[in-house]
Amino acid sequence: MTRGGMRWIPLAVFGALVVLLGAGVWMSRQPDRDALPSPLIGKPAPDFALPLLHEPERVVSLQDLRGEPFVLNVWGSWCPECRVEHPLLTRFAQSGRARVVGYNWNDAPEDALRWLEQYGNPYALVVVDRDSGTAIDWGIYGAPETFLVDAAGIVRWKHVGALDEAALRDGLLPALDALGDAP
Amino acid sequence: MNRVVVLLLAAAMAWLPAAAAQPAAGGDAAPLQFEDAAEARRFRALVAELRCVMCQNQSLADSEALIAHELRAEVLALMRSGMDDDRIKAHLVERYGEFVLYRPRVEPGTWLLWFGPGLLLLGGGVLVWRLARQGGARREVPEDEGQEW
Repeated sequence: MTRGGMRWIPLAVFGALVVLLGAGVWMSRQPDRDALPSPLIGKPAPDFALPLLHEPERVVSLQDLRGEPFVLNVWGSWCPECRVEHPLLTRFAQSGRARVVGYNWNDAPEDALRWLEQYGNPYALVVVDRDSGTAIDWGIYGAPETFLVDAAGIVRWKHVGALDEAALRDGLLPALDALGDAP
Repeated sequence: MNRVVVLLLAAAMAWLPAAAAQPAAGGDAAPLQFEDAAEARRFRALVAELRCVMCQNQSLADSEALIAHELRAEVLALMRSGMDDDRIKAHLVERYGEFVLYRPRVEPGTWLLWFGPGLLLLGGGVLVWRLARQGGARREVPEDEGQEW
């Protein structure tokens, strides 16, 4: 290497650092970069047996929901983002593409019922988890979170945070379409 | 210019869901009770190595998020059920992913993470060594380019 070539080395190192830092900034551009990828995708959904919000004496398990795909939406009356996604979730539920099951997490039943009465109830049924026993099995760490479980009980898709048009268009709906091809 | 402002606002608001989306913890309802000092020591060492999934810059030991309280209770329950530390970590990784570990396991997917810095250091060392040797060989050549270095 000539002396003339060597003096470009610091510049090349600096350039490499700029590229590295630029790539870091570029990769962190998505707003939901804090969302953890769920290790459950493609695996059987964890079993559960949880009481219904509207009929606390009835317990529903994963087995009861098999046979058709369903969307599991984690929410609580304490969760402001759940109100943000509520109109979209309601529209999705009304479209009839899949059953929407509510997963009422860490909530007081009376608050949950009042919330549904005030904003409308998009859920086919609502299961209640008050002590996170099941939530930890599902890897739930906040609300809202939304899962798609297929007819055989396999988790196909998960979204962390409020559902928006993009999550519906690029995530949930294609995942549902894919179920049609390979049930 | 407007686009920049919008982007900045969007970036600032991206934090909101994470800050908002957790149950209102009504104080630490029941502080964990340990049977003896050894159990407490083991518990503290274990939760310090687990990341809080809600507030990702804190360990499970430090976090006040409700899910962290519940995960701590879960870790203690698993300890008492007779699981060893590795099994407890695997139990949480199965549910929340590799991310919960502050020290990721050594496997093909994490080789770059584990060995990348060493390789980089080695490469830099070789480069410096070669430059130094060249510099030594050239000491006789008079400085004629007006370079300060």
